[in-house]
Amino acid sequence: MGIEHILAAIPWDKIIIQTVNGIVTGMILALIASGLTLIFGIMDVVNFAHGELFMLGAYIGVVVLATSGSFWLALIIATLVVALLGAALQITTLRPLLGRDPLTTILATFGISLVLQNYALWQFGPVARKIQEPFTGYFTLFYLEYPWYRLLIAALSAAIIGAFWLFLKYGKYGVWIRATTQDRVMAEAMGIPVPWVHTGAFAIGAGMAAASGVLFGPLVGVNHTMGLDWILKAFIVVVVGGMGSLGGSIAASIFISLLEAYASIWASPAQAVIVSFVVLILTLLFRPTGLFVPTPK
Amino acid sequence: MNPDATPMEPLVAVEDVHTYYGKSHILHGVSLHVDHGEVVGLLGRNGVGKSTTLKTIMGLVHPNRGQVLFAGKTVTGLPAHKLARLGIGYVPEDRRIFRLLTVMENLRTGLDRHGMSETRKQELLDKAFAYFPVLAERRNQAGGTLSGGEQQMLAIARAMMLEPKIILLDEPTEGLMPRMVSQIREIIDVLHRAGVAILLVEQNVPLTLQASGRVYIMEKGVVRHHAAASDLNVDDAVIHQYLGV
Amino acid sequence: MSKRSTTVYWTGFCVILALLIVAPLVLPEFWRRFLTEILIWGLLAMSSDILIGYTGMVSFGHSAFFGLGMYGAAAALLMVKPPNLWLAIVYGLIGSAGVALFVAYFSTRLRDIYFAITTLIFSQIFYVIIFTWTEVTGGENGLSFRRPPLAIPGLFSVPFTSETLHWFVLAVVTASYLILRRITQSPFGMVLQSIRENEGRTRAIGYAVERYKMMAVMLSGLFAGLAGVLYAIQNRFAAPDFVYFLVSGETVIFNVMGGIGTLVGPIVGAGFFLLLREAFSRFFTEYYLIPVGVIFIAMVIFMPQGLLGFMRRWLNQ
Repeated sequence: MGIEHILAAIPWDKIIIQTVNGIVTGMILALIASGLTLIFGIMDVVNFAHGELFMLGAYIGVVVLATSGSFWLALIIATLVVALLGAALQITTLRPLLGRDPLTTILATFGISLVLQNYALWQFGPVARKIQEPFTGYFTLFYLEYPWYRLLIAALSAAIIGAFWLFLKYGKYGVWIRATTQDRVMAEAMGIPVPWVHTGAFAIGAGMAAASGVLFGPLVGVNHTMGLDWILKAFIVVVVGGMGSLGGSIAASIFISLLEAYASIWASPAQAVIVSFVVLILTLLFRPTGLFVPTPK
Repeated sequence: MNPDATPMEPLVAVEDVHTYYGKSHILHGVSLHVDHGEVVGLLGRNGVGKSTTLKTIMGLVHPNRGQVLFAGKTVTGLPAHKLARLGIGYVPEDRRIFRLLTVMENLRTGLDRHGMSETRKQELLDKAFAYFPVLAERRNQAGGTLSGGEQQMLAIARAMMLEPKIILLDEPTEGLMPRMVSQIREIIDVLHRAGVAILLVEQNVPLTLQASGRVYIMEKGVVRHHAAASDLNVDDAVIHQYLGV
Repeated sequence: MSKRSTTVYWTGFCVILALLIVAPLVLPEFWRRFLTEILIWGLLAMSSDILIGYTGMVSFGHSAFFGLGMYGAAAALLMVKPPNLWLAIVYGLIGSAGVALFVAYFSTRLRDIYFAITTLIFSQIFYVIIFTWTEVTGGENGLSFRRPPLAIPGLFSVPFTSETLHWFVLAVVTASYLILRRITQSPFGMVLQSIRENEGRTRAIGYAVERYKMMAVMLSGLFAGLAGVLYAIQNRFAAPDFVYFLVSGETVIFNVMGGIGTLVGPIVGAGFFLLLREAFSRFFTEYYLIPVGVIFIAMVIFMPQGLLGFMRRWLNQ
C-alpha cells in the first residue's frame, strides 16, 4: 500500500471545502464568543442570554431588511438596538446583583434568556424567517458553487473583531476596559467610573452578538431557538480558550469549528457537535486553564 | 477676605468611623483629620486598621457609622471613582499597578479625565517623568515587568496624574532598598512643597517622624495617641507601647 | 431544633401530607395529574438542592440524571415482558447512577462556574446521543410504552388508577424527602454544608472533600433519576426534550424560587412555578412564559432566599 494510495484515499476536495466552511463558522463563533469573554472577563458574569441577543439581532435584521431593503442598514441598526438593550438589561438586572454570589447572575441571565426567547416567539411566531444575502454570486470550489457571501461573513467578522481589538489597545475607553478587567478596585480608585464601564462592556458584547446574528442570518433560518445551539458552543469555546482570554476564544473558535467541519465529512452534522464536547472534556482533563492560554506556573 | 488663605476646615476629616469587613468590626470609632497641604503620619502595628482607614477615606469600603468629610462636604458613601475625581489619590499597599498595561497606559488611567486638554496632560506627564526618569525609560513596558521600586514609583506617579489635593500612601517603603526609601522620602517632600496633602501610613517610624508634621498612632481600630511629630522621638515610651515588639 | 418547633414542624408535615393524600379524591382529573407532576418535579428539584443548597455546587446537569432515569425505566418496560414496576425503577436508577458517576468524576476537578457550565454541556452530550441514536432511543420521537401495574410478584397485581398512581408517587416522594432530610441532618450532611461554607477550611480540617462531593453528586443523581422513573411511569413515554438543558435550568429555577438549602423549598418552588405557568397560560394564552420569566428575575434580585426564606422572615416578625 503505497503513499499514493493513502493520498488518493484522502478526500482533499472535501477537506478544503470544509476548511473554508470551518473558518467561516469559526469567525462567527469567534465574534459571539468575544462578546461573552469580554463580559465574563470584566465582571465575572456568565451571560446565559448571549444566544438570545444573537437571535434578537437576527430578527431585528429581518425587520429592518423588510422595511428598508438594505442589508447593511439592517446590520448597523440591529447592532445598535441590541447594544442599547444590553445596556438596559445590565443596568436593571445585573447592577443590583453586583457583589452577590455569582450564581445569581447566571440565574438572572438565564431568566432573561427565557423572557427574550418567548418574546421572539410571541412577536414573530414559530416559523423561521429569512434574511437575504446582500449579494448573491458564487465561485466554483471543486464541485461546489461556493457563495462569495460566506467569505464576506468571515472577512467582516474578522474586521469587527480586529476593530474591537484596536479599540481595546489604543482607545481611551479601551484602556478603561482593560484596567477595570485587571483590577476593578484600583480602576475605581483612579477615577474610572467602573459601573458605567461594566454597562458599556455589556453593551459592546451584546452588539457583537447581534452583528453575528445578522451576518449569520442568511445561512440558516432565523427563529427563536437559534440562540440555544450557539450559546453552548460559545461556552465551550470560552472554557477551552481560557476564560477571560480574548485571543484564546478566537483561536478556540476556529479550532473547534474546523474540527467539526472535518468531522461532518464522515458523520452527520448532529453528530459532529460531539467533537466540541470531546474537545471540552479533554481540555478539562488535561489543561483546564485553557488550551490556548499559557499554563500558569 | 484673602482668597489664597488656607481654608479653616480640614481637607479630610474622619469622624467616629466604624467599618466592618463582613462580620469583623475593624474600625471602632476612628477620628482624625488632615489639613490642606499637611503631611500627617498614621502609625500602628499590623492589623490595627490603618489600611482600612485609608480605604474608608477612599470610598473603597463604606463605614457603618460615622462620617468622612472632604473639604467640608460629607462624602461618606460616595463611590471611589467620585472621590478620585474630587481630588483624593490612593497608593495602596503592594502598589497594585495594572500589570498588563504599559507604564504609559497606567498613567493614562489617571490622565483621561473630563476637561483635560492635551497640553495639560502632556505637562503632567512631563512632570511625572521629570520626578521619575526611570519611568520615562520604561514607558512602553508592561507594568508587571518593572522592579518593586519602579512599581512603587509608578503607583505614586499614577496617583499624581489625578492632580489630587491629598494622596493616601499605604506603606510606600515596604520591601524597598534603603536607596529607594530615601527616594520616597524626597518624593514626599516634593509633593508637600507642591501643596499636596499626604496621609502616610507606615511601619518605618523614623521616616514618618521626619516627614510628617503630625502623627496619629492607632491600636485595635481606634486612634490612641496624637502628637506633633517634633514632640516625638523614636525611643519614646509611647512609641514602644504601641509599636514595640 | 427546640421541642416546640419540632412539634410544629411535624404537625405541619402531617397536615400537608393528609391534604396531599385526600387531594386526588376531590380534585378533577386535570388537577390530579397536575399535583402528581408537581410532586415529581419537586423530587427532581429536591435532589438538585442537595448539590446547590447543601454542598454549594451549582449544577445544570440534572436533566441528564432525570432523562437517564426516564429512559432506563423505558428500557425496562419495553424489553422485559411483562412490564415490571420495580425493574423499571432499578433500571432507571442504574442509568442515572451511571451518568452521576461520570459527572461526579469531573465534579471533583472543577469549581464553581466551570462546574456549572460543564454539567450543562454534559447534559447536552446526553441529549445529542439520545437524539441521534435513533435505533436505540427512538430519537426525536422518543419511546412510548405501557404503564406497569402496581405489583408485588406473587402477591397481587393491580393496574394503576389516577388516584393510586398519585398515592404511589406521593409515597415515593415523601419517603425520599424523609431519607434526604435524615441525610442532610446527619454528620455527612454537616460536612456537605461545611464544604459549601468554606471548602478550603473543610479540607484543612482533614475531610476528603473530593470524596464527599462525589457522594453528593451520586446521591443527587439517584434521586433525580428516581424522579425520571416516576415521570416515565406517569406519562408512559420518554422523550429527548426532557434531557435538554432547559430542564436543568427550570430545576434550578424551582430551587431558587422555593429557597435553596431547605429541601422543602424546591418542592414549593416547583409548585409555585407550575401554578404560575398554568395561571398565566390561561390569561396570556400565547407567551405566558414571559411574565413568569420576569417574576423569576425579580425574585432573583429581590427575594434571593426564595419563597421559604421570605416566609420565614415574614413569620418571624
